[in-house]
Order: sequence, then C-alpha cells, then structure tokens
Amino acid sequence: MQAKTSSSNYKQLEQKSRYTNIFLRWFLYFVLILFASYFIFPLYVMVVTSLKTMEEIRQGTLLTWPSGLNFDAWAVAWGGRGYGAGDTFLKPYFWNSLKMVIPAVFFSTFIGAMTGYVLTKWRFKGDSWVFLFLLFGCFIPFQAILLPMARTLGALGISNSIIGLVLVHTVYGIPFTTLFFRNYYVSIPTELVKAARIDGAGFFKIFFKILLPISAPIIVVTVIWQFTQIWNDFLFGSTFSFGEAAPIQVALNNMVLSSTSVKEYNVDMASAIIAGIPTLIVYVLAGKYFIRGLTSGAVKG
Amino acid sequence: MKTLKIEELSKNFGTTEVLKKINLEIDEGNFLVLLGPSGCGKSTLLNIIAGLETINEGNVFIDDYNVSKVEPKDRNIAMVFQSYALYPSMNVKENMVFGLKQAKTSKEKIEEQLTKVSSFLQVDELLNRKPSQLSGGQRQRVAIGRALVREPRIFLFDEPLSNLDAKLRVEMRREIKKLHQKLKTTVVYVTHDQTEAMSLGTKIAIMNHGVIQQNESPEIIYNKPSNTFVADFIGSPSMNLIKGKLNENSDKISFTAEGANFDIPINSYDFNNTSELNNKEVYFGIRPEHIYFKKSNEGDFEVNLRADLSEYIGHEQIMTFDLANQELLAKFPSTIKIELNKETKLYFDLTQVSLFDSITQERL
Repeated sequence: MQAKTSSSNYKQLEQKSRYTNIFLRWFLYFVLILFASYFIFPLYVMVVTSLKTMEEIRQGTLLTWPSGLNFDAWAVAWGGRGYGAGDTFLKPYFWNSLKMVIPAVFFSTFIGAMTGYVLTKWRFKGDSWVFLFLLFGCFIPFQAILLPMARTLGALGISNSIIGLVLVHTVYGIPFTTLFFRNYYVSIPTELVKAARIDGAGFFKIFFKILLPISAPIIVVTVIWQFTQIWNDFLFGSTFSFGEAAPIQVALNNMVLSSTSVKEYNVDMASAIIAGIPTLIVYVLAGKYFIRGLTSGAVKG
Repeated sequence: MKTLKIEELSKNFGTTEVLKKINLEIDEGNFLVLLGPSGCGKSTLLNIIAGLETINEGNVFIDDYNVSKVEPKDRNIAMVFQSYALYPSMNVKENMVFGLKQAKTSKEKIEEQLTKVSSFLQVDELLNRKPSQLSGGQRQRVAIGRALVREPRIFLFDEPLSNLDAKLRVEMRREIKKLHQKLKTTVVYVTHDQTEAMSLGTKIAIMNHGVIQQNESPEIIYNKPSNTFVADFIGSPSMNLIKGKLNENSDKISFTAEGANFDIPINSYDFNNTSELNNKEVYFGIRPEHIYFKKSNEGDFEVNLRADLSEYIGHEQIMTFDLANQELLAKFPSTIKIELNKETKLYFDLTQVSLFDSITQERL
C-alpha cells in the first residue's frame, strides 16, 4: 500500500519536473536569442547601410533591406572618388596600419616571451621586483605618458613616423606580453630547463628549442591581444602621427568627421567595417589554435 | 680515487641554511641514496652535484677533479628527473640524442649509442613517438635512456619513481636495480621513500635539516641507527623509543623504563663509550619486528604487557601494548590471536636493541 502511493507520487514528480525542464529550456533559448540579436543588431545596421545608396538611406529606415548589392560606398571608402585635394580614403592608411601592427606585434610578443622566460627559468636576485614594475606598465593610463613619449620620439628623430608608432606600441605591449608568457612558463616544470642544461644547451638554445615549440597556445593569445590593441589604437596614433603617416583608425576618424557637405552614412559604415576586418580575421584564424592545449600530458604522468 | 667527493659543502638560500658543512664520499660503482624528509636539502645537494645550483662554501670533486665551478654539461654526469622532463616538442629519439648532438658527437656514434641504449631499455619501438603518447613507465624508461646514451661517470636520480603508481614503482625499482648491477656505474639517488632507499642503495645517507645524520650500508642503518632521528625515520612502524634510565651495578647494566617495575638487562650491548652509564637518561630502542610472542633466543627478555590496540594489515598485525604508560608497538603474523585489554607474554630480542642518550639523541 505504502509502496503504491509513493510510486504514483514519483510519477507525478517526474511529470512535473519534465514540464519545468521544458519551460526552462525554452526560456533559455529565448534569452539567448534576445541577447544575440542585441549584439548583432549594430553589425546588421552597419552592413545594410553600407550597401545602400544615399537616396535609399534618406527614404527608408535603419532596418530596411537594401534594394541590391551596391558596393559603391565600399569602393569610395577604400579608394576615394578620384578627385584631388580633400579626398580622404582608407587604402594608404590601411597599409600604414599593417606596416605598424606586424612589426609591433612581432617585437612585443618576442620580447615578452624572452622576458617571461628569464623571469621564470633564470631567476635572479630582485626578479620579482622587475616583474612588479613591469606590471605597473599594465596599469599606467596611457594619457599620462603622452608628453614624455612625444619628447622621446622627437629626440630619437622618429616622431610622426610608422617606426615611432612601432616603438611606442612595442614598449607598451611588453608589460602585457611579459605577464602572459611569465604566467605560462611558470606552469612548465623548471626540470625541463635543468635537463637541457645538463644536455649542454645554452640560454638561447633552451628558449628556441625547448620552450618556444611548446608556447603556441600562449603565442596565439598574445598575438590576438596585441593585434587587437595595436590595430584598434587611436590615442597613440592620433598623438604621434598625422597626415600621411597616420594609422587607419586616425584616418577613419578624419574621414567621418571632416566631411564638409552631406554626411555619407553608407561610406562611413563601409569604412568602419573595413577598419574592423583585420581584427576579425585574426580572431577567426588564430581562434582555432586558441583552444588546443599543445603541451597536455607532455611533461607529467 | 673517489668517484665523487663533497667537502665541507654549505648552501643557503638567503638567510635559510639548506646544507651545513656536508662531507660525502662515494667509491666507484656504488649506489648512494640520499634519504630524508621533504625540505632536508637532499634535492639541493643533488642539484649541486649536477652543477645546477651554485655553492656558497666547500667543493665538489668528481674523479679528484674539482668541478665546483664547472658547467653541468662538462661534469660528465646525467640526471633523471621526477617529472621525467622529456622535451615535449621532440620525439623519443630526438629526446635521447639531444645531449649528444649538443656535444657535437659524430653521426655514426650517435646512431650506435641510440641503437644500443634503446634496445637495452626496450624503447626501440617508441623512437618516433612524442612524450605525450607514452605511458608513465615508458616515459621513465626514455628519461633513463636519455641519461644512458651519454655514458656518464655518475648517474643522478631525483625521485624518479615518485610520479608512478604503486605497482609500476616496484617494477621500475627492480629495473633500476638490475640496470645498476649490469652497468656498475656510480649512482646518486634522491628519495624520501625508505623502501626504495633500502632496496636500491649500497650506501644510504640519511639527511635532516641540511646535515647528514648517518651514511652507511642499509644493514647498519637499520640495525645500528646512529641517532634517534635515523631510528625513527627508518622502519615501518618505526622503532619503539622507550624513555627510561640505565642502572650500572657491579658490571651488570640494566634499563628501567620510566614508571616501570622491572629491569631489562643489557649486558650484550656494544657501547661506544662505557663511562658514566649509571643513572643515565636514555631511550631504549627496539623495533616492532624484534618483539616476539614466543621465546626464540636464549637471551630474550620476557615481560607481561597489556594489549591496547590491534591493526590488521593482511599479512601481519601491528599490536600496541602498554609499557608503564608508554606505547610499545609490536609486529606479529596475522595468524596468531592476541586478546585486547589482557596481559600477554612478550619476548624482547635483546641482541637487536639500540640505546640513545636522551639529551644528545646520539647512539650510546
């Protein structure tokens, strides 16, 4: 008797929990879709607007679908209208940015890896202080160093040049890259370095042959971080460069703000997307390697 | 000529003294185990021998040559680490020949060494695998192989078995023993596991607080520990140390435990120094396995003690007895039945007794 009631009780409970689960699942999807559309909405507006003509923009609303695939605005954003003075377009500045971002990412990542290696595997007296001061570099508001940096660049004779920007970004990238690499190398057993020393490998050989080959995950993280930071930087770019040496973000700003006649929203949107594409590409390409734990199980049992 | 000699070696990290005036000598072909609790400085000592740590004072000699300031690679040593420390990006073969390549050994010689060692250690099937594709035991083998190909004068092992599971550990222990028997190379081996130390070592140096407590063969370490630390550290369960006093009465010496109403005669004991024994405060040391439940030797001392606790561990049982309010552990075969809370007749094997000064903790 007792057993019977309890078993029907369980049936009821089971039924109830099923309904609850179904409800919660639907609620979950609802919330997810809501947030996803919230995030995708600006991108939608940008893409759609960039494909419209000015006529369409004036007549339709933000959300209206364009009448066709019209890449005129993109062409103007990238290559200009073809008449002389006052025509700002992104192409030269895009290359400026690439010329700046590639060496800056490379050098800051490489130096960060080296510093992280020394701070973890070749400990010296006061190394934790060095690391602490490097960490300060992560917290310094960059506005605070604009003036001294400008003087330094001037003294070095590289103000208003790509090289100057590469230097600035490398220097201010090092605290972050060092932090990344140091934290990664801390988890790699120092015994590896000891074994290599007994095998006769020196400082650089250990770094290039033993540690660097297993650093892929952290290199990817660092490259993504540095690329995003440097590509998207506006402050340093606008302070230390102008005119033809400016990186793309500065040019984008000039383009959008300096138009004297009508605001060309389609061109503005296309420019903004062009300026954002490289970062997206880096995420898509590197993201694959991001998750791979390359050292898993390699050193411990 | 000593293969390895360490002279008045001291090492400190900042203000902490890790090693205090260590003196140590190893003859050719010996297997020296550095044994001690964690933090006793044994790994530091090994790293110093390898040249991975600097020295504050003292010298290290290999084959009578002072190597104190010589780089690790030039010391003619090879080391096996606890975490194996195989280079993750290289396959087994590359791992094993890395050292030879650094030393610019000829290709033919490298190939020859590799073939010899890999077939000797039965890793020739694994040569193209990455360390991550190997099991713990295989990694250990490769790590040993990497050390072997260099044909070093001295092998250094830093707790090489600690990462293995219990069964594999016993297997690998036997392999290392076999390896040493075959190659007869000098070995310095660091461990905190006394079974490993006892079974592998031809000499065991027991360390505590940066000082070598005793450096002897396993038999002497076990039978004649030089102080209470060694006595307590070696053996499981460890030696009973009963507090009490010595009485000397016309050439007859006996021991009375604190609060006990009986004397234990110790006439056959081999004292280091026989002066001033009367009324000396001492520890009477006897191992649990040297307390019997039936008389085995003529000289056994018979006493009735109350059994308080019984721990059954399969092949044997550990009984706790009450000796004038001090605990006395004894190990018996699990087949015999001893009733708890009752007086039981026990026999102490007086030939296996150790006595320690209660103040200096040293063996008498």
